[in-house]
Amino acid sequence: MISVGHYLAVSAVLFTLGVLGIFINRKNIIVILMAIELILLAVNINLVAFSAALGDLVGQVFAMFVLTVAAGEAAIGLAILVIYFRGRGTIAVDDANRMKG
Amino acid sequence: MIQLIAFYLFATIVIASAAMVIFARNPVHSVMWLILAFFNAAGLMLLAGAEFIAMLLVIVYVGAVAVLFLFVVMMLNIDFAELRAGFVRYLPLGALVAIILVAELIFALGAWSAGGVDLAARAAPAVTDKSNIQQIGELLYTRYIFLFEAAGIILLVAMIGAIVLTHRQRGGVRIQNISSQNQRRPQDATRLVDPGVGQGMEL
Repeated sequence: MISVGHYLAVSAVLFTLGVLGIFINRKNIIVILMAIELILLAVNINLVAFSAALGDLVGQVFAMFVLTVAAGEAAIGLAILVIYFRGRGTIAVDDANRMKG
Repeated sequence: MIQLIAFYLFATIVIASAAMVIFARNPVHSVMWLILAFFNAAGLMLLAGAEFIAMLLVIVYVGAVAVLFLFVVMMLNIDFAELRAGFVRYLPLGALVAIILVAELIFALGAWSAGGVDLAARAAPAVTDKSNIQQIGELLYTRYIFLFEAAGIILLVAMIGAIVLTHRQRGGVRIQNISSQNQRRPQDATRLVDPGVGQGMEL
């Protein structure tokens, strides 16, 4: 039978794939943003799995807020990407040093 | 039995498509795999009984976020071959981090299933005689109403921020100036002349 452990395992693998995606696609910021979406999806699966396992609805409410933040983050991230591309003509972010930070 | 098959189907596809998202050569294909991953994650959540979150995942992620990604990928003219140059170079470091992370997660899972810690009592126990969406709605509009409004403000700020960031004023474009059109009076614009015969007009 499916237990919460199965869900946690799937979510752990998904989270790890997201982090791996950030590391191996260091130049391509679009794929980095997609990897962040994968990480947030893993977090959401975790929240829903625990919500179902414990019979507590707060997990699902919180998953909704995570979804909201993920949508906002994608919108702002892609807007920054568009103006970065407009200024530089490339989206390679490994040499992003405009702000001299 | 059918649940078991469905779970393994959804779990396998979600993990495979997540792997394809990060390994695909073309970011357009990455977005397509991302959409597949979201659909199957929605299936997983449906299996867990969270119908509302599953539908929200399909509507928000597939309908909005993935399409946004697709637009940006297709709008920007990017040399993707150049961007993949460091792929092999970063692979060992990434694999190392991933292995450490997955080991930690397995360790945490083992510790949790060995008994775990007894946290506080459940905050909003689910009842069985109402549907999932009704229970979430009752919770969201009563106890979490301020959090809900904060989420709305976050979305508003994100919308304004995205518009402000990407909006640009084009120079050299003659746009209509309605107030100056309305302020124009007949005596400024027209002139009454009475030329003599055969003299012609000065314009």
